[in-house]
Amino acid sequence: MGKNWWKILGVVLVSYSIVGGFLVPVPELPILNETIRNTYFHIPMWFAMMALLSYSLFHSIKFLAGFDLQHDNKADQSVQVALVLGVFGLLTGMVWAQYTWGSFWTNDVKLNGTAISMLTYLAYIILRGSIEDEHRKAKVAAVYNIFAWVMMILFIMVIPRLNDSLHPGNGGNPAFGSYDMDNTMRIVFYPAVIGWILIGAWITSIKIRIKNIDDIQKYA
Amino acid sequence: MEFSRVKSLVHKEFLLDWKEKNSIASILIYVTSTVFVCYLSFQTIIDTTTFNALLWIIILFTSVNTITKSFVQESENRLLYMYSLANPQEIIMGKLIYNSILLLLISLVTFSAYALFLGNPIVDLPGFIVALVLGSLGLSILLTVMAAIASKSSNNPALMAILSFPIIIPFLITIIALSLNFSQGVNDAQNFRYFIAIGGIMAIGITMAYILFPYLWRD
Repeated sequence: MGKNWWKILGVVLVSYSIVGGFLVPVPELPILNETIRNTYFHIPMWFAMMALLSYSLFHSIKFLAGFDLQHDNKADQSVQVALVLGVFGLLTGMVWAQYTWGSFWTNDVKLNGTAISMLTYLAYIILRGSIEDEHRKAKVAAVYNIFAWVMMILFIMVIPRLNDSLHPGNGGNPAFGSYDMDNTMRIVFYPAVIGWILIGAWITSIKIRIKNIDDIQKYA
Repeated sequence: MEFSRVKSLVHKEFLLDWKEKNSIASILIYVTSTVFVCYLSFQTIIDTTTFNALLWIIILFTSVNTITKSFVQESENRLLYMYSLANPQEIIMGKLIYNSILLLLISLVTFSAYALFLGNPIVDLPGFIVALVLGSLGLSILLTVMAAIASKSSNNPALMAILSFPIIIPFLITIIALSLNFSQGVNDAQNFRYFIAIGGIMAIGITMAYILFPYLWRD
């Protein structure tokens, strides 16, 4: 129980954000209308994805520092979970875009940036699949992971600021801080972010343990 | 890192090319025939957006094909010998310098052939050449690292393209936007921001290559 409090917290926060996300009153804004409730589901996906990818980066660096395969396993599994969260983020975003911007896919720098980041991490998985030797695979994958993370940050954070974006906080739109979010929205939004990060971490930890058991059975 | 050793590594690459003139010649023929295919399908391109996009796609594919071989062509034994002579930082710097010179040559040849066949709608030619030079430098930096990574897997020929295209896109769209501005004669504050972004990506690429390559070279 003592070690599992954060899992319970994650479940409670996500359940709260689902119930609260549909019931708590939201500001009435033109165009957005009730779709603003998607904030509670779309944005936490990206936060959770970024958290997992950064966790993966951390373990890739740790792997290069000591060549312990355990770190490689952690980096690998968290990329896989992050990719699933990224797909959910894209899907929720596409539905939202259809009802506010009028099409499922717009030529927005942030959309293209995430699509390319997903491609990068899919390439990471392909790269892992195409090298047989465990240690060589881990080393090459760690190097590519560091590269991929830096380029993703460049694309998501820097390039959109060079161009205009439909997203809030870029190119003349109001910044994320003011983001048309009032205090009642924040009460649901921040717990949702924390909850999804915890759920992502939980899934990752289960996947890491499954991989460890598989390895034990393979080499036993 | 000793500069004299980097210099002799670059010299070695040129000697190899001189010995096997086939490889350079085949790249030049590859470029020429690609441009000629474009010429036969387009005749002339007046629209600068299409002109730029097509030119950079040709340069991208040519450079991926050129740089892929830069680590694969070396046999295991020759690599082993090289690693006993120089340290990994010197080797990656040598490769970076050599690939940059090679890509610079290729992109200038590509552009000349392209402009000759398809017409030259560019307003600010010197600016465009600067964009071309920066573009080939950046492409060679990012692609060299990707080639080093891809060469570690022997059984997947598509790996180089899969790994490098997503990584290269932030750089490529910035350089296309810059060269588009130059080809339309637009010279505003936007260009300055593109220069900073391009310089930043190149600096990050070189730094990461320098730090990470030592982990790649030895198995």
